[in-house]
Amino acid sequence: MADVTMRIWRGDANGGDFENYTVDQNEGEVVLDVIHRIQATEAPDLACRWNCKAGKCGSCSAEINGKPRLMCMTRMDQLPEGPVTVTPMKTFPIIRDLVTDVSFNFEQAKKVPALMPPPMPEGGYIMFQEDVERGQEFRKCIECFMCQDVCHVIRDHEANKLHYSGPRFFIRYAELEMHPLDMNDRRDLVREEMGLGYCNITKCCTEVCPEHIKITDNAIIPLKERVVDAHYDPVAWLGRKIRRKTKTSAQDAAVQPAP
Amino acid sequence: MTSSYEHHDYDVLIIGAGGAGLRAAIEAKQRGLKVGIITKSLLGKAHTVMAEGGMAAAMGNVSSEDNWKVHFRDTMRGGKFLNNNRMAELHAKESPDRVHELEQWGALFDRTKEGKILQRDFGGHRYARLAHVGDRTGLELIRTLQQKVVSMDTDVFMECKVLKLVHDGDGRIAGCVAYWRPTGEFVTFSAKAVILATGGAGKSWKFTSNSWEGTGDGHAMALWAGAQLIDMECIQFHPTGMVWPLSVRGLLVTEGVRGDGGVLRNSEGQRFMFNYVAPMFRDETAETEEEGDKWYDDHAAGRRPPELLPRDEVARAINAEVKAGRGSPHGGVYLDIASRRTPEFIRRRLPSMYHQFMELAGVDITSESMEIGPTCHYIMGGVKVDADTAATLVPGLFAAGEVAGGMHGANRLGGNSLSDLVVFGRRAGMGAADYIESGQAATSMDMSEVEAAIKDALAPFEKTEGENPYDIQRDLQEMMQLNVGIIRTASEIEDATNQLETFTQRVKNIAVKGGRAYNPGWNLATDLPSMISVCKTVARGASLRKESRGGHTREDFPKADPEFAKFNFAHTTDGGNWDSGIVTTESPLLPMPEELQALLEETK
Repeated sequence: MADVTMRIWRGDANGGDFENYTVDQNEGEVVLDVIHRIQATEAPDLACRWNCKAGKCGSCSAEINGKPRLMCMTRMDQLPEGPVTVTPMKTFPIIRDLVTDVSFNFEQAKKVPALMPPPMPEGGYIMFQEDVERGQEFRKCIECFMCQDVCHVIRDHEANKLHYSGPRFFIRYAELEMHPLDMNDRRDLVREEMGLGYCNITKCCTEVCPEHIKITDNAIIPLKERVVDAHYDPVAWLGRKIRRKTKTSAQDAAVQPAP
Repeated sequence: MTSSYEHHDYDVLIIGAGGAGLRAAIEAKQRGLKVGIITKSLLGKAHTVMAEGGMAAAMGNVSSEDNWKVHFRDTMRGGKFLNNNRMAELHAKESPDRVHELEQWGALFDRTKEGKILQRDFGGHRYARLAHVGDRTGLELIRTLQQKVVSMDTDVFMECKVLKLVHDGDGRIAGCVAYWRPTGEFVTFSAKAVILATGGAGKSWKFTSNSWEGTGDGHAMALWAGAQLIDMECIQFHPTGMVWPLSVRGLLVTEGVRGDGGVLRNSEGQRFMFNYVAPMFRDETAETEEEGDKWYDDHAAGRRPPELLPRDEVARAINAEVKAGRGSPHGGVYLDIASRRTPEFIRRRLPSMYHQFMELAGVDITSESMEIGPTCHYIMGGVKVDADTAATLVPGLFAAGEVAGGMHGANRLGGNSLSDLVVFGRRAGMGAADYIESGQAATSMDMSEVEAAIKDALAPFEKTEGENPYDIQRDLQEMMQLNVGIIRTASEIEDATNQLETFTQRVKNIAVKGGRAYNPGWNLATDLPSMISVCKTVARGASLRKESRGGHTREDFPKADPEFAKFNFAHTTDGGNWDSGIVTTESPLLPMPEELQALLEETK
């Protein structure tokens, strides 16, 4: 097969530039194969994050020809002819070359109030397939963080990271809200501190999801509806005030014993 | 000098953030201890996510006849009786509780019609026993444990590579020395107890389902620290890895394909597995295709098809078919579910497999056969531990999961790995907590060990001319695949043993380009000593075990020899370094209590 030119961004927090590598390619290869060949030959210090090389761990996210993709699932023969440009995810601070600092996401994860189930009955919980299926869709998430990368709210406005958890965590909140066993209530938290209202449903997150999770339709929109119900329905609002079931922080929920 | 490193202090330090490490952390946290977790990658990316088919636990939700006794028996038979029987017993008894506990923490398993956890059939398991979520059970397990660990406010050190365990002055484990991959800066950790949960070592073979992380760091560090490694010759070659395109060669195809009705065919279209049923399994294996097919719908109507024999049996059969010239164009055989199940069924039960083949190979598994062949998948061998506490022979050092040895004997059954992680992860957390409470733990680190490890790690930067670590890794993988692969023979193992000495010298001659910050070349240079140490013990075990058993097949000794079922080969070093000599002894198997012995006999 013909050689291919890879334009790879190389640098760190202090700056950097594209470097071109011309390499051979073989049938069926993905972008990560070519990156590995460059590492093994010309540039052993070319930084790139990866693990499973099977689309299951979500480590090798990068922007290929400007679009967020998993390098391990992007076949070279399906890219347009000509040089292939590979850059790190734009939304996160650069560590080196193609590796970014994704700790924003791990910080958001710490804020999620845990599942609060009732005590388990003898022989285990009874849940039906149709009840678990909605949550299962969201639990397919491999945490590649490409939905976060592509979300305009934080991609274009760094300051929003202070009060916006992003699509990956909206599906997590939606999953917990729809979990058949959960007795926790995170609706105020999602509205007041996680910035659900900033999402204006452009569906960019859904488009890049490698697991084909319908992030916008199945998670964000239903979550918005639930939050609206909770906040603006006076009967529901009063009911919750009286019963005091609202949790506002991860710590509150974590220390609360299951009833 | 010593104070110049970043330092952290914990009660329990866990190395590895897969299923075993995370479960150990939860247990130690629940005992009120200060817990730190170190991982080479980001949290949630460990190899546990690759597990597909499920988690074995005799809950009896689908087959009410199932119970821990049958699970114990299946595990021992699958392991060709080389297992630590106490581990197999604890595992069979405790795995149902561990599955239910995951559900309390948020896991959403597939359900039966009655709303219980659904269980699927798998190789070597007499009854439908694997709790699962489609074909992404490992992801469900790791995400559930990860979310639990995070909710407990546990410190996690990500992209941090541990170089070596550090003792106190009295031979107890007192901590470890590591470096941050993003910066290359060194960091020391002191701890009263260290739990190894580092996973496997498959990256030393050319065709493997393992990620870059599977370099056997925990195996090697335990060996260097004075612990014993057992059964290292027992390597599982999973029968169904992808073979084409080359880019994905070795990538796992779940056993769930066969559990859900998929069959193996050679180039003549024949279901060849019927020709490879070993005497031990004949009583419970179908003799005809019709009988096997009936079993899928009603387990009472026939015996199980031979495609569902344990993995070692199936891998050897595939190897033999290819060798006999009845393989597929790219050197595998065919796995066919398209002709046997509807496209809707396949997409619902095996969604990741559908996407994996569609996107990476351009094959639609609902209408075409998959080309598959054996791939290095799992190491049964590992650190010798006490079954109840996961304690190694070195005070303060514990091990759980793939890095521990004994549980699976000579061959692991599919689905027994995820349950192993949580059963023994929990026990390691308990064992470490008990050890700390006993007041015997180390209180200071021998800083000379820290300095020595750092000096070794920096050596590749001191040379301007030398070997590229990637060249060494590639050559090592090819050498091990060729000489200590699925079928072995004395001359090849001897060749491997000699070559490993050459590899040792090559590793000492590595020169690394660039700086220390996120430098994969240097990172690999620091993984290679582990790989070499592990390979040496594998070759030694393979040479000494002059028989065929489970994940160790000798062309020159094709039969199992009962004499070799009485002990494990146990390895230590004569100097505590990666280039020290390997010392091997015969370590007798744990005597089996009569009541367990009876379980094996009554159902034989």
